[in-house]
Amino acid sequence: MTIQHYIFLAVALFSIGVIGVLTRRNIIIIFMCIELMLNAVNLLLVAFSKMHHLAAAAVDATTQAGIDGQLFVFFIMVVAAAEVSVGLAIIVMMYRNTHSVDVNFLNRLKH
Amino acid sequence: MSNLVYLVPLFPLIGFLINGLARNSLSKGLTGVIGSGVILASFVVSVILFLQVKDGHPVTVSLFDFISVGNLSIPFSFQVDQLSSIFLLIITGVGFLIHLYSTAYMHEESSAHYARYFAYLNLFVFSMLLLVMGGNYLIMFIGWEGVGLCSYLLIGYWFKNVDYSNAAKKAFIMNRIGDFGFLLAIFWMIQQFGTLTFGEVFAKAGEMDAGGVVLVGITLLLFLGAAGKSAQIPLYTWLPDAMAGPTPVSALIHAATMVTAGIYMIARSNILYTLAPFTQGVVAVVGLATAILAATIALKQNDIKKVLAYSTVSQLGYMFLGLGVGAYTGAVFHVMTHAFFKALLFLGAGSVIHAMHHEQDIRNMGGLKKHLSVTHWTFLVGCIAIAGIPPLSGFFSKDEILAAAFSANIAYWVIGVLGAVMTAFYMFRLYATTFLGKFRGTHEQEHHLHESPVAMTLPLIILAVLSAAAGLIGIPAVLGGSHELQQFLAPVFAGSAKLQEAHHLSHSTEYMLMGASVALAAIAGIYAISRFSKRPDLEEVEGFGKLLQNKWYVDELYDTIVVKPLRALSGFLNGVVERSGIDGVVNGVGKLVNYGGRQLRLLQSGQVGIYLLLMVIAALVLFIIQLFVK
Amino acid sequence: MDAKDVLITFPELLLWFPLISGLIAFFLKKGNSAKNWALVSSFITLAIGITSLFFLDNKYFNLNNVSYYWMPSIGSSFALKYDGMARLLCLLNAIAFPLVFLSTYRQNYKNSNRFYGLMLLTQAGLAGVFCAMDALIFYFFWELALIPVYFLSSIWGGERRIQATFKFFIYTFAGSLLLLAGIIYVYLHTPEQSFSLNSFMQANLPGAAGKFAFWLFFIAFAIKMPVFPFHTWQPDAYEQSPTGVTMILSGVMVKMGLYAVIRWLIPVFPAATAGFANLIIWLSVIGMIYASFLAWKQDDLKRLVAYSSIAHIGLMCAAIFVINESGLDGVMVQMFNHGVNVIALWIVIELIERNFGTRKISELGGLATIAPALTVFLVIAALANIALPLTNAFIGEFLMFSALFQHGKFVTAFALISIIFAAVYTLNMIQKVFYGELNSGISATPVLGKGAVTALAVIVIIIFVAGVYPKPMIQLAQDSVNLFFNRLKGL
Repeated sequence: MTIQHYIFLAVALFSIGVIGVLTRRNIIIIFMCIELMLNAVNLLLVAFSKMHHLAAAAVDATTQAGIDGQLFVFFIMVVAAAEVSVGLAIIVMMYRNTHSVDVNFLNRLKH
Repeated sequence: MSNLVYLVPLFPLIGFLINGLARNSLSKGLTGVIGSGVILASFVVSVILFLQVKDGHPVTVSLFDFISVGNLSIPFSFQVDQLSSIFLLIITGVGFLIHLYSTAYMHEESSAHYARYFAYLNLFVFSMLLLVMGGNYLIMFIGWEGVGLCSYLLIGYWFKNVDYSNAAKKAFIMNRIGDFGFLLAIFWMIQQFGTLTFGEVFAKAGEMDAGGVVLVGITLLLFLGAAGKSAQIPLYTWLPDAMAGPTPVSALIHAATMVTAGIYMIARSNILYTLAPFTQGVVAVVGLATAILAATIALKQNDIKKVLAYSTVSQLGYMFLGLGVGAYTGAVFHVMTHAFFKALLFLGAGSVIHAMHHEQDIRNMGGLKKHLSVTHWTFLVGCIAIAGIPPLSGFFSKDEILAAAFSANIAYWVIGVLGAVMTAFYMFRLYATTFLGKFRGTHEQEHHLHESPVAMTLPLIILAVLSAAAGLIGIPAVLGGSHELQQFLAPVFAGSAKLQEAHHLSHSTEYMLMGASVALAAIAGIYAISRFSKRPDLEEVEGFGKLLQNKWYVDELYDTIVVKPLRALSGFLNGVVERSGIDGVVNGVGKLVNYGGRQLRLLQSGQVGIYLLLMVIAALVLFIIQLFVK
Repeated sequence: MDAKDVLITFPELLLWFPLISGLIAFFLKKGNSAKNWALVSSFITLAIGITSLFFLDNKYFNLNNVSYYWMPSIGSSFALKYDGMARLLCLLNAIAFPLVFLSTYRQNYKNSNRFYGLMLLTQAGLAGVFCAMDALIFYFFWELALIPVYFLSSIWGGERRIQATFKFFIYTFAGSLLLLAGIIYVYLHTPEQSFSLNSFMQANLPGAAGKFAFWLFFIAFAIKMPVFPFHTWQPDAYEQSPTGVTMILSGVMVKMGLYAVIRWLIPVFPAATAGFANLIIWLSVIGMIYASFLAWKQDDLKRLVAYSSIAHIGLMCAAIFVINESGLDGVMVQMFNHGVNVIALWIVIELIERNFGTRKISELGGLATIAPALTVFLVIAALANIALPLTNAFIGEFLMFSALFQHGKFVTAFALISIIFAAVYTLNMIQKVFYGELNSGISATPVLGKGAVTALAVIVIIIFVAGVYPKPMIQLAQDSVNLFFNRLKGL
């Protein structure tokens, strides 16, 4: 599989995520769409990392090139996990207060 | 002996400090003694200096470095030569008499105000002495401003009266316009010559081309200064208003000394003027125009001091005419004789006003001859002297100027004589209306008529003697004299004399000129006496006379074309440009930020969806920019 | 005294002393104890200032110069230099504060400990500005002087104080930011990456870069002076600040702008200065006439003096840009004298306001009858303000006009018109406030207070002594002005 396949898949996932965030009002769906975007990015990072590593390894077998991409993926996963825990807590609080998970109920933040 | 020089201004300064600082604790008698005594002391020193100078020892004393910056060095120095020693005698001599006179004249004032008066007067004499003794233009300028300040303070001496303080303000501001010219001239001299010391400036100017732009510029600017101080067209209107001050002040400052400062300045810079013939022409024409204009106004004035004031303006015009035609000695001579007879006339007028309980309108006087005999006789001497009737002093000095004017331009002479005739006419009109005929005042005034105390009449008598006899020091060769004043002053004007082509009028021409002017003046005088002793001008005047009485409406003209537009401009700048313009822009910036903030706030709607949309759009935009730009 | 290893230098003393005593003042009790503390502190500072005049000679170099490492990594050191120019202005600074404290001694400020604390901090800031030889230090003190004034005006000021001080603050703060940007810009172009004045003078700023940085600096200084058309904060601020603060603002603080031009602008950007000198001179001269016109129309005494002050500053700014030795001497002398004179005017105005409850010219009148001493003081101060000869201001104005004449005859003639207008508005004010019949609204017999009278008497003495014998003061400025020109030529 060439790198293009990964890119297409990642773009498709990311776009689905974006559209989901923009069009849905259910905050849980929005949340899942954000996860989708993050994972699209993760996928890209891994794919490119692998690509760079293979290219560099052909010259020097002991190279560490491309490893930083994979590292970032871990970072993102950690951050995403933290985000989920905070986000879900907010959603729970929101549900308790409004008995709804519709984001449009949150417009009262403005005052 | 040169260390005496600084004593001359020191005495009046001490008098000023004592009277000024201790004004609440001094008695009137003591104030008067201190005030007059210091001037007398100055006079004594001046006489000693004069004698020294007469023996041919002009002195220059440098006290300390006043301003010394880079290669410009201006010492605080005094120079006493022939010219300044004459002025010293006039200032301290006439000054002393007027101080003496004031001790009686101002006696109604409370002691603090009395001391204030003498303090100002002493300060005036101090400044005037600085003016004439200064060894360079800057010291002269210091005195110049100082006398302007004292004139301001003394005109507005009765400060409760708004008209008086307006007159004071007007005098100061008009003088400032003159100072504007003087200062520019000083800066120009610094740039051109690098020094302000008289001798050095004149030496360097002598090396320049006659009639060059620089010299014409400098002399014209100096003349602007002189015109302000000496009340010439167009800056003369302050002097008649300055009569608001106490009468002795008018006599000292606005007749005898301060107003002649302009003549002193030009006589001192004579070499510059001789080298700038164009300016000389301007000086002569302005002087002549002022002489004639002021004389016409004086014809119809009814305030005793106003007549004298316009007469002063007119006589100053003659002096400038003299300077303009190169008759420097004649101008200085006229300054001297004028100081005597005009001080005399003013003090006489003061005596009349004193007797009449502050009445100044001559229409309410008349017949004062029998009540105020000393005043009357001395006043008459003054009138004859100013009218130019021989052998009194005014004849000699005025004749010298007119003769020089004749050789420069016959038209000058004709107009000059016309002015002299008017002078005789209005002076004798004043004399006749005041002293002859029947008394026209109230009964109460008549009851209180009295001759003034001796402190006032003594100066009158001394000045009358001087007015009568002072001409003797300047008898021209044509009348068999040797013109001692001319010989005395010759060193000062030597540089100019070398450059001037000597005009020698034949004796017969001179006799003819003298005869003509004296005869015309005498006729005018006799006509005025015979007419006004019987039928004084009591009715309101109409037509041309009204124009004269209202001073050609020059004050109104100035008000319309200068004062009002400036006031309006000031209002416009304050109300529109400052408030709406500059501050408007500043506040506008503030308002714009405020408004922008309020509009941008609307984006913050609180809809999470919109935020997200914006975020995505922004990300896309950045992405696209990244793609295309670079 | 051996000057080799000294304990502390004069600039440090003048700087730290008010700073520390100001900080202490915050912890004192309200009321008179803070007042007295400030008075004593300012007198000690004055004593230091006067003493320092005797240690001018080059052999006391170590007493007058100090340099510590401060932030070596970015090339900034705590460098102070106490030369003739700095000395003159520090002396003004040292004289001004005791005069202010003396003359307002009868005034009781709320929370006086904070008021006097802030005042002393201002004094420290000003001293720092005058002595700093490092751009970062300079900027630091520039702000230190500004911020206490903001609080002083907005807490103890008049009715419209919030608005006026906000304007003042935004204006000067905008200027400060430009200055900071300019400093960083020049810093990046210095050869050895240092903030010291010397390396600023060697900064490589060709053509447009120099012009750009010049304007960054100049606008900051122009706002502070202020020069037309950056002046509109001033009348409002002067009017609304408590008079003691106004005295400092107009007496000392506006001199910061002028001084900074001499110290930081012209030496750093000689080429740009020469290019824009004519423009700035005309701007200043137009401002002089403009301000004189406006002064004529003011009804509030404070605003009148504010506009008259703008006119005077305009002349100083014009004379600086002529870049002529005698002109610069004139500016230095005039900075000091103008400061002293304007403080005298404020003192009289404050006495009028305190006694008669108003500063409006239209509500006053005839005060000469009931307050002769006040009249004498005001007349002397006002006449000194319009530069009558033998008063101190004449020397400076004479030298400045004379220098301006070297630059151009017409611009000088135009500028000189202002002396006529100065007479107009000054005499108008004297006449309307003091002459004429007593205004019916006034009944009180004025009480001047010993402090104010002493302060005024001292100023009157300074006015005449400096006016008759200006030589020492000129000399003080002259040495460093010469040095300034030598360095300028050396570049």
